[in-house]
Parts: sequence; structure tokens; C-alpha cells
Amino acid sequence: MLSSYQESIAIFLGVNVLMAFSVYVPTSAGLISLGQAGFMAIGAYASAYLTSRFTAFDVPFGLALFLGGAAAGIVGVLVAAPAVRIRGIYLIIATLGFGEIVRVLFVNFEPLGGASGLSGIQPLTTLSWVVAICLFFFVFLWRLRSTPLGRAFVAIHEDETAAEAMGINLFRTKLMAFGGGAFIAGIAGGLYAHFALFIDPSQFGFSKSAEAFLFVILGGSVNPLGPVAGAIVVTLLPEFLRFLQDWRMSFFAVLLIACAVWRPGGLISYRRAAHP
Amino acid sequence: MTALLELRSVTQRFGGFTALDDVSCSIEAGSISSLIGPNGAGKTTLFNVISGLVMPSAGSLGFNGTDYTGRRPDEIVRLGIARNFQQVRLFPALSVIENVMVGAHLRLPRTGLLDFMGGPFNADRVDRLARSIATEMLDLVEFKSAGDTHPQQLTLVDQRRIEIARALASDPRLLLLDEPAAGMNPSESNQLGAIIRKIRDLGRTVLLVEHNMRLVMAISDHVSVLSAGKVIATGTPSSVQADPAVIAAYLGNV
Repeated sequence: MLSSYQESIAIFLGVNVLMAFSVYVPTSAGLISLGQAGFMAIGAYASAYLTSRFTAFDVPFGLALFLGGAAAGIVGVLVAAPAVRIRGIYLIIATLGFGEIVRVLFVNFEPLGGASGLSGIQPLTTLSWVVAICLFFFVFLWRLRSTPLGRAFVAIHEDETAAEAMGINLFRTKLMAFGGGAFIAGIAGGLYAHFALFIDPSQFGFSKSAEAFLFVILGGSVNPLGPVAGAIVVTLLPEFLRFLQDWRMSFFAVLLIACAVWRPGGLISYRRAAHP
Repeated sequence: MTALLELRSVTQRFGGFTALDDVSCSIEAGSISSLIGPNGAGKTTLFNVISGLVMPSAGSLGFNGTDYTGRRPDEIVRLGIARNFQQVRLFPALSVIENVMVGAHLRLPRTGLLDFMGGPFNADRVDRLARSIATEMLDLVEFKSAGDTHPQQLTLVDQRRIEIARALASDPRLLLLDEPAAGMNPSESNQLGAIIRKIRDLGRTVLLVEHNMRLVMAISDHVSVLSAGKVIATGTPSSVQADPAVIAAYLGNV
């Protein structure tokens, strides 16, 4: 059996895999988000409130997770509606701004603890929950690639104009990609909250969003194996590098640069065929 | 014969440049019509207007009796107008057959979430349908290589065929072909001519922009000539070839 140290690492890894999926979905449709921690925060606060503060009705954990994800997903669609009309670097800035807005809102929202955070959350996240949810989304995303929606994501990522000229509704498809990613981030937030047992807005800052983005950049975004690989490497490598002590993070940074040089598309990426 | 596509006084300005100047024309259902003209005459711009990629500065567009001016490109595909691109724009990350399947999307039934989670290890019904439409279209354009190769591994001629198949997969009534024969040798362009006739015989209307005059004159029912954004001649291939204004546009005033 796993020691409790190993189990907690495995749970963090699962949450990170989900965060990687939450970046992967919009990325596969060409939408880069640096604000996924904002959606994670919404899912974390919403589900924690439902299980641990909402006394009128005993909300089962699974339902709380789902509602947390749904809340994040709905906010995701609302944010995406204006945001997907802008492209490239501007969209990245907009999502970055969104993440900060969410964080600041929670800092100032006293009913959910404000800056001092929300404590006393029930310890409901188990390794089985995490594994089951990760597996579910992995299978879902793997299957998605051979559905019209999945192919539409790729088509938009490759060439928006050609995609539109083939009958793909850009606006609706992008909303689904962005909302779907937000939903998964919300679920990840719910699992995280019921494992950490204490959440405060500082845990969902920019560095969290950037980390989730890193999983996908490092792992690759052509299929769901990429984000899994990225999350595994970023989560576990620092543990295995403990013997390097102070040099740990420096070594990690060198690895990332090496990866960017030798596998620019990510660990799991296409071998680009040469032109004839 | 009834007009399937009708352009009324379409004008397109880009800043101070008038790319299309009061263009009116109509395309008869079931015909092969060609649009020819010197480089820079506005042919591709006209295609972009018809397919909705650019909004005309003035004028209106009618398809099958309805005014569709200002609709989005994806809505226009739904109306029944599909196109290829002069600079091939296939999706490199998708295989050949997947590229064509994208074109078939709007003919597929909507799948619910449950439908597509059903049996994660089975190929599902919708996927099979899309695949069979795509295979049929690749056969129609006489694409011979394997469907699971990626387009960038193929020759430009094959890539053009795939683009035509992708456009056909949406089951369009009107197919817009922008220089499909560019880069083809005479036997390949003869084969293309036969394919275009076959597409017409299946009940579709074809509007062709092409510089290969041998192909245009061989297969067109009607030819329109565009020069400097204006339609300067329209008629049968032989009458257009003999038109002094057309000769002047191509060769300069002599």
C-alpha cells in the first residue's frame, strides 16, 4: 500500500492532471488561457461551501464536485463570450486578467472567509475519487478526438478561416472549448479543497494558472497523453530531485529549457512529416 | 433555367482600392460556369464575397431565391455553398480522411454526450457515417492514396483533390472552385475536367475560377470575364473568346 506521503503526492498529481486537462481542452481549439486558477478557485469555493457550510441539506460529495465544476463552467462560458472574439496575445492577457479578478473577488468576499480563507472543509477527497475522475476525463478526451466536436477544435486550432468556410460555427465551438476547460478546472478545485481542507485566495494566484499552462506546454497538446505526461513530470520530478537540495529548482529549469529545445511541441507530439 | 446564385451590384472596396465595381451576375442551376480574367481582376475577392469571408461594401447576394448578404461563412455553407482555396488550406494536424470528415460535419446528426461516451472502445455510429461520406467523396475526386496519411505528405495536386472532396462533403448545391488546376499537368487537368463534369452530373452547380483556358473552354457552359473589378463580357466559351474587349483586357489595347 501507499504511505500517506505517497498518497498525498498521488492526489496532488491527480488534481494537477485535471488542471492540465483544463488547459488542454481550450488549447486544442487554439485558445490559450492563463487564468485557469480562477476557475479552479470557483470550483473549490463552491463545492467546499456546499459540503461544509450549506447546512440546510446534506449535499453528497459527488454532487458538490459536479456543481462546483458547473459553476466554473458557466462562468467560463460567460467570460468566453466576449473573450473568444479576440485572438492570440490579447486573449492570453484577458484570461490572465480574469484569473486575477477572481482571486481579488474572493479576497474581498467575507462570507467565504475573505483573505483569511475558508477552513474546516470536510476531508472527502480520497485517492479513489481522484483516480476515477481522472480516468473518466482521460477516456472522455481521448474519445472526443474522434467526434465532430473534437475535430472541429483541431480545425479551428489549425486554420480558423478554413474551419469557418467548412461550416464550423467558430463562436459556439470556442465557447464549448473554453467552458469545458473551465468545468474541468472547477472539478479539480473541488477535489483540491476537500484534500487541503483549507483554501484561501492566494492558493489560486497566477502561479497556479502558469503551472497548469506549463503542464500542457511541456507535455504537448495533440492528445490527452500530453497533459498527463506534463503533469507527471512537473509534479513528480521535484520529489525525485530532492537529493539535489538547493539546486533542485535550477536543475528543473534546465530540464524545461532542454525540452523546449529538443521537443518544442511537447513530450507527446507529432513527428512532423517532411514536405515531399 | 433558374438562377441559383444572383449577385446584384456587388461592390468591394479595400481602403481606396475598388476590387469589385458594381458586379452583377447570375449562375444557373445545374451549370458549370467559369470566371476568368487577368491577375488582380478581383476573382478571388468575388469568391470571398460569395462565401461570406468578406462582407461586400455594397450590393446584395441571393441564393436560391433568398437574400443572404451579411451571413456568416458557416451559415452560408449550411445554405449550400462550399468552396476550396487557391492557396490550399487543409488542416495539417488531421489526416486526409479526417480533413474530409470536417466538411461532412453539418450533415451528421447531433450527438448527445451520452451517445459519445457510450462504449469507449467502439467506433461510434456518427464516426462511421462521417467516414463513409468522406470515403465516397475521396473516391469521387479520384484520390488514390491512403486516407490516413497527412496532407503535407502529398503532392499539391493531391492536396487540391482533397480540398474539393472536403468541400463536396457538405453536400453543397453550389461548389466554388478557385484555381483547382493550378500546378496540374495536361493529363491531370483533363482528369480534373472529367471530375468537375461528374460533379455537375450529380446535380451540383459549379463556379470555377481558372487560368487554364483549355480546361475552362472545354467544360464551361458559361464564361464571365472580370477585369479590374468589372464584368466586361459574359456568354458561351466561343463568344467570349471572340469578344474584342476580352482580347484587349488580356493583351492590352493593340
